Amino acid sequence: MSTLAHVFEAAGIATIALGSVRKQIESVAPPRGLLCDFPMGRPLGKPADAEFQHRVLKHAFALLESEGPVLEEFSEVVDCDAAEVLTCPMPPRNNEDVHPVIDEIRGLRPAYDRGIEKFGNRAATGRTLGVDDLESAIESLIRVAEGTPWKQAGIPGIPSRVTQDIRGYYETAALGLSDHIPSAWSGTNWFLDESEAGKLVLAARAAMKESGEKRPIWFYMVPGDR
Amino acid sequence: MSDSEIKAMVADSEPPIFEERAFTTPVKLSEATVAVVSSASLHHAAQEDFAPADVGYRVLKNGNRDYQIGHWSPNFDVLGFATDMNTVIPLDRLDELESQGIVGKVSDIHLSYAGNQFDLSAIRMDSGPAGARLLKEKGVDIVLFTPV
Repeated sequence: MSTLAHVFEAAGIATIALGSVRKQIESVAPPRGLLCDFPMGRPLGKPADAEFQHRVLKHAFALLESEGPVLEEFSEVVDCDAAEVLTCPMPPRNNEDVHPVIDEIRGLRPAYDRGIEKFGNRAATGRTLGVDDLESAIESLIRVAEGTPWKQAGIPGIPSRVTQDIRGYYETAALGLSDHIPSAWSGTNWFLDESEAGKLVLAARAAMKESGEKRPIWFYMVPGDR
Repeated sequence: MSDSEIKAMVADSEPPIFEERAFTTPVKLSEATVAVVSSASLHHAAQEDFAPADVGYRVLKNGNRDYQIGHWSPNFDVLGFATDMNTVIPLDRLDELESQGIVGKVSDIHLSYAGNQFDLSAIRMDSGPAGARLLKEKGVDIVLFTPV
């Protein structure tokens, strides 16, 4: 973003670049930059908080008063490292004849549908996999976790995109289960740490890494700090 | 999941060097047309999704706010945007500022690029200038960049 700010400014458009990574915005030094210590993915800081978003915009637009390049820091921090642990209940086992992940996915479908009904599908779950295709994707990941090379396991697309759709399904289900907007990353943590599907994705990723697959194939299946 | 760990991971990407820093004196905000440019790979539901390492941009109509996120990177929270578009592209807030006379006009179009780039040369030399020209032609005076 800060790079584009230089380009747009050179074209005669005044710019303000928000940035959440201090080292990046300081090193690229956009003409007008506002460092906001907010979670990755939330550049305006807080969803459904119009007053907070207006405070960010007020500071950002105030940078237009500067007569030269300027980098300032927004005074409020949105810290999510010590934020909530999402405690959405997982569905109980319903059908002992199917794999626990398949059972879990089926059990979460009503919550997913409620999440979509409530907020729509802005996270674009289903870009590679339709919701009804999740089970076959899970079966392919089970095979990968058990040692089948991923190209032979029948993963229905690029692994990172497939796992993002699975993550999206669970995080949307979390919206259907929660009575509030979860703090940043809490939906992802809930998926990876609490769900059977999250554990499967991590196991499949670990198996791919262990078998010597190229790093870009497995690394982006989950956020990079995992 | 640690937001600070993710930030530390992306902080070390090699920054581009700008030998000359352009600086445009802005028109008065209350008379300006303002657009948002996001790196969240936003697109309309009916538009072409972003490909891996897509260096292009999508034009977002201000009047049709059915934007979806199309990032290939998993390194960002999705629920902020999923629950409130304004967390990433604050158009409702700009509408309010326009109605108060603080902002002159909200642009008829906005742009989105994919922020998960390893090589910025194409965006810097090609699609970036093209996007800027387009907004300039549409009368945009001020751009707010929102990173994802």
